[in-house]
Amino acid sequence: MSAITRDEVAHLARLSRLALGEEELDHLAGQLDDIISAVARVREVAADDIPPSSHALPLVNVFRADGIRPCLSREDALSQAPATEGDRFKVPRILDEEA
Amino acid sequence: MSTTTTGPMGYDEALEAYEPVLGLETHVELGTASKMFCGCSTTFGGEPNTQVCPVCLGLPGALPVANAAAIEYTIKIGLALNCSIAEWCRFARKNYFYPDMPKNFQISQYDEPLCFDGYLDVEIDGRTVRVEIERVHLEEDTGKSLHVGGSTGRIHGADYSLVDYNRAGIPLVEIVTKPIVGTDRLAPEVARAYVTELRELVRAIGASDVRMEEGSLRCDVNVSLMPRGSSEWGTRSETKNVNSLRSVERAVRSEISRQAGVLAAGGRVVQETRHFHEDTGETTSGRSKEEAQDYRYFPEPDLVPIAPDRAWVDRLRTELPEPPSVRRRRLQAEWGLSDLDMAAMHNAGAIELVEATIAAGAPAADARKWWMGELARRANEQAVELVELPVTPAQVARVAQLVASGSLNDKLARQVLEGVLAGEGEPDKVVEARGLAIVSDDGALGDVVDQVIADNPDVADKIRGGKVAAAGALVGAVMKATRGQADAGRARELILERLGVS
Ligand SMILES: [Zn+2]
Repeated sequence: MSAITRDEVAHLARLSRLALGEEELDHLAGQLDDIISAVARVREVAADDIPPSSHALPLVNVFRADGIRPCLSREDALSQAPATEGDRFKVPRILDEEA
Repeated sequence: MSTTTTGPMGYDEALEAYEPVLGLETHVELGTASKMFCGCSTTFGGEPNTQVCPVCLGLPGALPVANAAAIEYTIKIGLALNCSIAEWCRFARKNYFYPDMPKNFQISQYDEPLCFDGYLDVEIDGRTVRVEIERVHLEEDTGKSLHVGGSTGRIHGADYSLVDYNRAGIPLVEIVTKPIVGTDRLAPEVARAYVTELRELVRAIGASDVRMEEGSLRCDVNVSLMPRGSSEWGTRSETKNVNSLRSVERAVRSEISRQAGVLAAGGRVVQETRHFHEDTGETTSGRSKEEAQDYRYFPEPDLVPIAPDRAWVDRLRTELPEPPSVRRRRLQAEWGLSDLDMAAMHNAGAIELVEATIAAGAPAADARKWWMGELARRANEQAVELVELPVTPAQVARVAQLVASGSLNDKLARQVLEGVLAGEGEPDKVVEARGLAIVSDDGALGDVVDQVIADNPDVADKIRGGKVAAAGALVGAVMKATRGQADAGRARELILERLGVS
């Protein structure tokens, strides 16, 4: 049984705003299935007494004091943007016309 | 999907047929100096995109570090809401594509909120209603978009949008209630009282300035209806960003009427986001939520878990301020007010203002009189909250002092307040610029008294003959001649002195 279906890959691609063609979906579905199956082997050694973990290091409570640090200049901040107008980042239309 | 064209049902009629179930999600921007995960300033109103850095812009390689003060404020809010504090919890990535977050995800919390299972008691008409709290979690605020083009400046129909990321990354606490049932026709008042109480509590903790007009406290209002006697909840709508206490109440009321109209006509309520319009008090449909959002939450890999040590939590508990409801009872006793008077002050948002005015040197009765009288009247005229009036407790205290020392009477004091509200400066400056001080020096006042006696020989004779009460008429004439600026007590003394009856 496969670890991830082609439909699931298509769904994830849509959520990630990736336009994948039919051939790419076939190709990636197979590859992702291999990757997930490989990673899933961890389950074979993880016993019930080992809690699932999300971080590699046993650290907690890494905080910083509430202090202000210098920001980027506006020129620097905007310099990386594909488009700007005046003092702001310019982005394409967000929603299509109301149906 | 069927659409019904019937209008909303009257509120009373709606409540006869249906019972409302409420839910409130409140977002509070914390008052930390720096953002949640970087050192950018959180000051409101800065020039666009001047409070940004690689972390809050999501530039490659930048790593977030959590702000300790924001964690402490969140735990304090949770404790004040009688919540349990998580022993261990994580931040989570909420993935979505919307340019108000430059990273394409928001750092939030998912199934491991920092605080959970609490309650807040609110009082309505002497009855206590317990609002249960589902969770209190910490996340980051989004940037602000300006929509350009289209006819209305709204997002729909816009050609493109311009984004300012100064607000992106400011710590934001989300407080979510459990479904609130059994409020019946008091639902709008309960919603308002809850947000009011929550705002006072957060302000007392010092976690935020909680200014709804600046967006540092925002409320989403969920409403559903079920037929009377039913135990199965209806479909809810979610009205977003309701930005004043008055609007919270109006939004609940208008959704009850609207949904009742839809249901009574045989339609069905759509699960959707709605927008509240301040001008009409009504809501309109936003994007539909029928296709469930898939945010693909997962534990934030760039931030390690939070495990609040119990000693730390206990210390934060000892730092909590007196709860607002306890404080109100104490102040009511100190000020010697009836339940009714205290409730009126609470509803008007006058308690902090009066307290600050007393602290600035005004007698309690005077502080209350000015805020609940003249200033409440002016706030009402302008349809703003008392706190939004451009006058400070210190200025009101100064006016009260000028009255107490005899430099002003109430009529002149009202004119001084008018001047302060009009932006003419401090009370003393207004007194001077408008020439409002009471005339009590005997030279100027004596001349007026002599003139008034000469103009009213009959009255003067009566007073000489022992009818001292008639002096009131002459005092009135003196006040009229000085356009209210005479010291009435001193004028009376001078009149009696001149007429040989003192
Ligand atoms: Zn930053």
